[in-house]
This record gives sequence, structure tokens and C-alpha cells, in this order.
Amino acid sequence: MTDSSYSKSIEIPNDLVFKNLKSAKRFAIDIGGSLCKLAYYSTVKKKRSLVSDEDLVEDKPGSHIYKVSETDEIGYKLHFVKFETKYIEACLDFIQQDVIGGCHFPNKVIKATGGGAYKYKDLITQKLGVEVDKEDEMECLIKGCNFLLNNIPDEAFMFQRHEMPEYRFEPVDPNVFPYLLVNIGSGVSILKVESESKYERIGGTSMGGGTFWGLGSLLTQAKGFDHLLHLAEKGDHRNIDMLVKDIYGGAYSALGLPSDLIASSFGRAARSAGGTEDVSHKPEDIAKSLLLGISNDIGQIAYLNAKLHGLKKIYFGGYFIRGHPMTMHTITFAINYWSKGDIHALFLRHEGYLGAIGAFLKGTEEADSEKYSWRWSDMDVTGWKENLYSSSGLPSPRAFENPLPRDRSSTFDMFELDRYEKPQVHFPLLLDPASYFPDTEDLTQDHLAMEYWLNCFQDAIDGFVQRAISSQPNTKDAVERAHKFKANYIQKLNELRENPISHGSLTVRSLLDTREQCMEEFNFSDPFSEQKQKENEHALKQLKEYLDTLDKMDLDNRNLSLIEGLLAGNVFDWGAKEIADIMATGNFGFEQAKKKLQVRPWLFDDYDAWAERLKGPPHKCAIIFCDNSGMDIILGVVPFARQLLMNGTKVLLCANSRPALNDVTHSELIILMKKVAEISSVIAGALQDQKLQVLASGQGSPCLDLRCIDHDLAETLKQNETDLVVIEGMGRAVHTNLHSAFSCDSIKIAVLKNRWLAARLGGEMFSIMFKYERSKKVQVST
Amino acid sequence: MQSSPTEPFPWFGMDIGGTLAKLVYFEPLDISTEEKETEVDTLKTIRKYLTGNVAYGKTGIRDVHLEMTNQRLMGRTGSLHFIRFPTSEMMAFIELAKAKNFPSLASNICATGGGAYKFEQDFKLHVNLDLKKFDELDCLIKGIHYIDRNNISSECYYFKNPNEPEACEKLPFDFRDPYPYMVVNIGSGVSMLAVYSQDNYQRISGTSLGGGTFLGLCTLLTGCDTFEEAIELASQGDSKNVDKSVKDIYGGDYNKFDLPGKVVASSFGHMISKEKRESVSKADIAKATLVTITNNIASIARMCAVNQGIERVVFVGNFLRVNTISMKHIAHAMDYWSTGNLKALFLEHEGYFGAMGCLLELLKTGPP
Repeated sequence: MTDSSYSKSIEIPNDLVFKNLKSAKRFAIDIGGSLCKLAYYSTVKKKRSLVSDEDLVEDKPGSHIYKVSETDEIGYKLHFVKFETKYIEACLDFIQQDVIGGCHFPNKVIKATGGGAYKYKDLITQKLGVEVDKEDEMECLIKGCNFLLNNIPDEAFMFQRHEMPEYRFEPVDPNVFPYLLVNIGSGVSILKVESESKYERIGGTSMGGGTFWGLGSLLTQAKGFDHLLHLAEKGDHRNIDMLVKDIYGGAYSALGLPSDLIASSFGRAARSAGGTEDVSHKPEDIAKSLLLGISNDIGQIAYLNAKLHGLKKIYFGGYFIRGHPMTMHTITFAINYWSKGDIHALFLRHEGYLGAIGAFLKGTEEADSEKYSWRWSDMDVTGWKENLYSSSGLPSPRAFENPLPRDRSSTFDMFELDRYEKPQVHFPLLLDPASYFPDTEDLTQDHLAMEYWLNCFQDAIDGFVQRAISSQPNTKDAVERAHKFKANYIQKLNELRENPISHGSLTVRSLLDTREQCMEEFNFSDPFSEQKQKENEHALKQLKEYLDTLDKMDLDNRNLSLIEGLLAGNVFDWGAKEIADIMATGNFGFEQAKKKLQVRPWLFDDYDAWAERLKGPPHKCAIIFCDNSGMDIILGVVPFARQLLMNGTKVLLCANSRPALNDVTHSELIILMKKVAEISSVIAGALQDQKLQVLASGQGSPCLDLRCIDHDLAETLKQNETDLVVIEGMGRAVHTNLHSAFSCDSIKIAVLKNRWLAARLGGEMFSIMFKYERSKKVQVST
Repeated sequence: MQSSPTEPFPWFGMDIGGTLAKLVYFEPLDISTEEKETEVDTLKTIRKYLTGNVAYGKTGIRDVHLEMTNQRLMGRTGSLHFIRFPTSEMMAFIELAKAKNFPSLASNICATGGGAYKFEQDFKLHVNLDLKKFDELDCLIKGIHYIDRNNISSECYYFKNPNEPEACEKLPFDFRDPYPYMVVNIGSGVSMLAVYSQDNYQRISGTSLGGGTFLGLCTLLTGCDTFEEAIELASQGDSKNVDKSVKDIYGGDYNKFDLPGKVVASSFGHMISKEKRESVSKADIAKATLVTITNNIASIARMCAVNQGIERVVFVGNFLRVNTISMKHIAHAMDYWSTGNLKALFLEHEGYFGAMGCLLELLKTGPP
């Protein structure tokens, strides 16, 4: 290879790029004309907090109800790295240093796709000592697209320039098929995808990215594709194109042609059109005219194909798009114009990775020795979660207007996914999964709210650092890691400030999840574990007496007290800064918490309807999404669940699979319920008869994203004909799911523990939200 | 029999497009002695000027080969002459009309096309003529029907074996019962109309990538001055040096999707390489530009036709003038991608149907 465009010297920041190479397995590569995408999967050893009640000395005063320890566990990650193809040799050299031996490449092959797969075949073989196994490009693209649409929330978006919001993210539709995939590479291929295995190329055009690049290079002195885009951004096509008004003097209303519509691309560039004098045309104007002409044309051809095949979903991908606002706007405009607003152009946040994902998946499909007990991209099964912290995200639209000199981090773009322990599905009791959004508010649409929350997360960080350090007192590098966590999380917050849409909608949930993922990255598995343990033990001691008190009440009073108990318990939340400050004083108990609560009528008060409903036949089965450890779960949730059981309702107690803040986890809850069973015979009996089950939600977040809950949980829900959903706490019932509609009865209950948010909702600190909503399912009358 | 009252001479139809202005002039040849005596000098001058020349000024041209003789219009017999000049010369044309004292004959002149709106003010201001504007689509369709029926030699034709230089034949097509059909009018831009009957038609699509795009791009890329020059240059070039084919990308046919290796995958795709840019000729670039624009139009036309359930597609407009390359390309593309279900048709009077229709509209309305 004597390609002079190679750049041999490039600095690769090895703590950020090509992570976990030493444990990397099964590589795949997608080599495009300008960009190269490498995919691999790795195993990472990480800390996991472990709770166990084995080998405990019973009933010794001061002894713990369970032991807290940390154990190592193996996590699975998918890594995708995008870099300019000219750095390919440097990158292969870098990889080669770390990947020695056969274990990295099963059967000594690397899956490859893309136009350059053939060109760089020998180089790859020479550098890595593996055979290149070429996969069909279109098939890889489609596989990649299916994978993203199934796994990544906020993957697809509409682009509406100068509108609010500019990026409008699509819900995750459990039925992604059929759709049209328009891949704009050098040329354009239009693919109709009907299922995982059924697709066809129904059309295309030779005018694509290569035309823009090639023609642009002939017409201007631009150095490459990105430079052309940059020129286009500053140009005015009206000096080059003949508009309707140039021909008609205005709009041609009879045919509905607006005066600014381009009638003839480059029509003014001909001498006869511009008079005899030799006009020199600006390269910026030319580039813009070219970009508009090609984008419009692709949009029109895509629309015509969609119409021919009766399809409404059109996704655009390929290097031509590259998140470029003007390109997306023009294609959107063309689709809108021709379909009269009936069809919308959809773009993908990770469109650059389709081929690499697909090639990688092809490799895994062929290998049956891998330990994947379930399929990777099953139609309605989600297996991977985007790591918001480690992924680069969509480039800022402003980056195209003002390209900065490239720094290290922008040379590489990363996309990282963590594997769920078990497959995830949509929550089966959602009224309309295809339109479900978990988040109550998209902060990108509300600058005040965005400012508030970003600052809020920034202000809370020192508390997290302290807690993280004290959670690992015997670990030498805890302090160092905690400070790295701080620096990196603040950097991430700053990136989000710059470009809020980089990872989809910006929400309180995404900010919380990013923080959890960042903590995990720096190996703080469960900073609240001992705090939770202490509070659980403390609360357990009060349970017997509290249950006795409740049992002495008449039913009406008891039912209200149970709800008030849920609310009082929910006050104990280390995630809410103001509460954390009060709790840190140590003198704050269940009774004090009750006194803080707003008196009825509450801010949202459906209690009377709930009390009325309790007089009717009991629900068959209730699922309760639990929130905090300690008072919340023991004195709030347990008594409420116990009453439901006594009424004859089965109860599914559902807790996080992985730790988040002081939320009770599934493994903690199992032990806690054993302890509760020793106190309450109702609970003991129900556990015995499986009338009460403790289940894992599949999540590890203070919020609740009902697009990806544990598959087994979903099955249990269905088997038990669950007809009541109880969602507790700010994270799960206010920041998310406030407006979620279910196909059965639901209760959303929370104490507003954030003054700012309470005010926004028309209440104040400690205002109460108790929403009881009847099934939204429309009964079809016969 | 002469119908009376008749629109006074001269009879003109004008279609002012984005790039070219097209003029159809009816020359009466059944002038009676009485008429001859009363014919004003101005009228004589105009008639002689138009019919006595084949070129006007630097840029006006009469397409002699398109002249239709022995035509009967409104009871008069005569010849139809077809003249064109660049729209950019419109002001010179207005000056000429003034110099030939045209305004003494008529108070108005009829026109269609975008320029009928754009130059309305200028006609009023400089020669005190009112522009009588007629609908562009009406004129186009009426013009097509008139010329097709009244051309003694066959107006409509198609290409048999368009892709085989040896076996390619231009054959007449019987267009007497054409409905439904689609018209693809390729001027500076492109308009596509679906025609269901003599007076039921609508614009269904279009594209901004048309003749103006070809000439504009060629001007920028090769420095050529005129359409004829650009076409001549293109005829000597080879677009394979400029475009990337399926074979260039996949090493051969892309069997999975039935794409033959020689199909263009990326227009101008080779031009991303500096070396290839340096080795390519202007003729190659002109050819690639022509093929790119042509294929794109054919592709959009084909999809529109299928969407409308139409099998016959008529391509007109001045982009096709002296441009057999494009016509054969279109014919081949339509045939190939529709597996023979669609037929590309062409008309001899390429760009003059709007102007012809305009003249007919004028005569229909009669004198003011």
C-alpha cells in the first residue's frame, strides 16, 4: 500500500478510545471512503455490591440483617469507534499492540463491510494476522438499522429547522417494520425492509455523496467532503440557481410554486442566462447550490419510492447526512413538499454505525459457541443499553457552522453499549407502547428548566464524591477515582450544555442515568450500600409496632393511613438534595416525615376515588415499583402491600436490578422480605403461596423507563393478569411516567421534594401527588 | 372559407422560458390581391424579415427543418415558422419590435411561460404592448395535439434498441389515441404532467435538475458558452472516466440486487480522487453531466408514471434539441428499469409546443 493519504502519526488517547482492547473479542470493521468504523465486544471486570444473609450470627445485639460486600462481576460491552479512514494504519497498529493471540479473533477472521473492505484487506491481514471475511453492505446496514431501532431509545428523529424542538425524537415502536431505508453513500440505495430477513432494494440514484464530493471538487478548491459542507453552510444558492421568481417574476400560484422554489439548479450559471459578461461565481454559493440540488433530488426520489410501496417511515442514513443540519433540512423539506406533509423524513443518531453494527452481528450469528442464550436483535427484545457517559453523542449542529481545529477527542467518535443481564421488553400494560415516552419533560424545549437541572446536578456532585470515597474506605485509589469521576462528569455536563440533544432528549432521567454510568465507569458500584443497610435495619425495628397501630384502625382510617405512610416513607430520599441535608442531621424519623406532608386536599388528590374503588371487588394483582430503602420500603410499601394481600390482591414487588442512589435493589428486597416475614404472618404466608413475589425490574435507575423492563417480569405480569400498577417516588412517577397511560388501573404517588419542581407543578415543597387513574383501555361496545 | 372577424395579422405565439424564448409565426400564403394591396408596409416588413432569414441578430435562430407548410388555420392557409432566441435577449427583442414598428399593428402580443409574467412590465413600458397571457400547461397540451395531428411527416417517434448503436432505429409512433400519457417537459427545469384526455391534465411533479442545470454545470466545468457547444463536447466524451460504476465499487455485478456492473453507482464518484480529476478530459466531464441529468429525469419520470399508472411518456423541451444522446439514454433507461412496460416517446418539435399552443389560444379568443 502506497496510499499517500495515510497519516501514520496520530495520537490515540488510550483511556478514551479503543477501550478494553485487551479483553476485546470478535472484531468487525466497516471501511467507508472517508470514515472507518471499528466494532468489537469486550468483557469488563467490574465491582458489584453484594448483599447476603448467609453465615450471619442471628439475634446478636448490634448485628446486621445482611452483609454488604463487593464482588467482581463480568460485564459485557459493545464498542464502536469511528475515525477517518486515512488513520486506518495507525489505528490498526495501535490495536495490534493489545490484541495478541487467537482469543480476540474467533476462527482468525474479522468481519468487514463497506466499500473499502476490499481495498484494505491486505493491510488488515498483515497488521492483525487475520483473514478478512467480507459481508454484504446492504445486509449489514439493515441489520444495524434494525438493531438500533430496537435497542436505542431516541435513536430516530425528525429534523425541523428553526422549530421547537429542532430535533424531535421518535418513540420506540415495538413494530419497527415495514420501513424504507435510504442509504446515501457515494450513490443512493433505497431499501424496503419488511422483517429481519425480508428486504429488497427497490430503487436508488447515482446522485449521492460521491456526486456532491466529486462535482464539488471539480467546481471548487475545497479540500474534501467536510470542507464542501462548510462552504455550503456559508453560501447563497440564489446566485447560482434559477428560482421560480427568476422565470415568473414572482410565485407561480396557479401551480402552487412559491417564488423561492428552485426551478433550475445551476440555471444562472450558464452564460446565456447571466448575460454575456463573465461572472465569477463564489465557491460557497456553488457548494450550497450543489448540496441543495442533490438533497432535494434524493428526498424526491425517496418519496416517490415510498409512495410506490405504500410506506410511511423513511429513515435516511449514510455518510452524506452526517448529522449536517442543512442536508437534513433540505431532505425533510423535499419529503414534506412532495408528500404534502403526509410523510416525515427520519434520521438516526447513530447512522454512521449501521454497517459496523450489522457486520458485527453477522459474526455473532454465525458463532453458536458464544454464550448468548437469547437472540441479539429479536423483534421486540432489547438487549443493550447505550452508555450515555462513554458515548460521544451526536455532534452539535453548530459544529458545522464553525468547525474548530480538530482536537484529539473529535478525531474519534465513540458509541458504547452495555449488555443488559436479561432481555428487555416494553411494559405490557402500557396503553400504547408505540407512542410511549417515559419522560415528563424534554429539557431541550425549556431552557429555564435545562439551566436549573444542569446546575442542580453540578451542585450535587461534591456530595456524591464524598459518599463515593467513604463507600470504599479500604481501597487505596478511591479518592483518585472519585475525583476523576467528578472531573469527567462535569465535563459531560458541560458537553450537554453545549449540545443538549447529543444523546437524544435531555431529561432528568438521562442526567441521572449518565451519572450512574459515570460512577460505574470509575468503579463505584453502590456508594449508598451501607447507608441503605443502616436505614433498612432502623426501619425494620419499627415495623411491628407500626403494623399493630394500623391494625387497630377501622378500615377507612387505615386505608388513608397506608397512603400517608407511603408518602411519609417517600420523604426519605438521598437523591433529593434538600432532604439529604435534613437527613444528614440524623434526627429525622417517620413521624417527623409525616408532619412535613401537605395536608389534604393534596396537589393532585384522587384519594377519594381510590377509597371508593377499594369498596369494590379487589384487584387481581398489583405491581408496585418500589423506590427508596429504609422507611420508604419498610414502613411505606410493606404495610400497603400487606393490606392489598389481605384484600385478596396478589402483589408483585418490583425493585431495581442494579443499584441507583439509595433505591432498594432486588437482592436487598429479597432479604428484607424474609425479615418482614418474620414480623408479619400475612407476608410470610403470601410469600409461601407466591401471592407475593419479589421481582427485578431490569433497571438500574432512579427513574422508570417502561420501554425496557425485564422480560421475566413482563411474563409474570401477564400470567397473573395484573390489573393495578403502583408507581412510587419522584423519579418514577414525576420525572417519568407522570403522563403515562396504562391499560389497567394505576396509582402514581410521590412527595415533591424539590422546591423548584414543586413550584413548576403549582405546589410547594412537600406537596403531594396522588393520582389514581382508571384503566384507559377503551371498551369496544358491541 | 374565411371566418370573420379574424384576428388581424401578424399571428404570433410566444413562450418565454427560463433560458429560451420560443416563437411560432404563421405566414399566410393565400394572400389575395386585394389583401396585398392593403397590406401595410410594416406587416410586409415583418413577414419578409422573419421568413427571409434563418438567423436574427447574434442569437436568434429559425429552425427551418421544423417549418410546417400548407397549414390551415382559421380558414387561412400558410406556413408555420419556428424561431427561438435566448430569454436573456428579451430586451433586444423588444427593441427590435419597436424598430420594426410592431406596435402600429397591434396593441397586444400573446405569450405564455414564466417570461409572460416577468417581462409584462417591459413590453408595456418600452413598446406600449399589452401581453396577453395564456396558461402554460394549456398551451403545451394544445400545441402537442395540434402539431401531432397536422404534421404531414410523423411527429411522434420512439427508439428501438436504443442501447445498441448498430441496431438502434428511430421509428414513428402513432399518437392519435394517446390517453392517458405523461408529458415530461425539459426546459431549464423539468415539469411533469399527467394527461388523461384532451382537456383533463395536471402537473404532477417536476425537478429543478433540468436543461439549465446541464448547461450551467457545463459552463462552470468546461468553460463552454452554448448548449450546442456543450452537447458537441459531451458527444466526444466518456462518462466512465468520471462516474463510479457498480463494478468500480463491487468488482463486478451486484448480484444480490440484480445490479449489472456497468450501471452507474455514483455520478462523478471518481472525481473525489485528485489523480482522476487531473487525468479526465472536459469532454468526459460534459458527457457525465449530460448522462447524470438525463438519467435522473428518466428515473423520476418513470416513478411518476408508475405511480400514475401511465405507460406512455412523452419527452419534450429544448433540452432534447440536437441531443440524441439524451433521448437514447432516456429511451433505454425507461425500457430497462420498467422491464419494457413503459415507452419513452419523443416529438419532432421538441420545445415549440407551448408557443404553438399560445398561437392557437390567441386565434381562439379572436380579436379584442
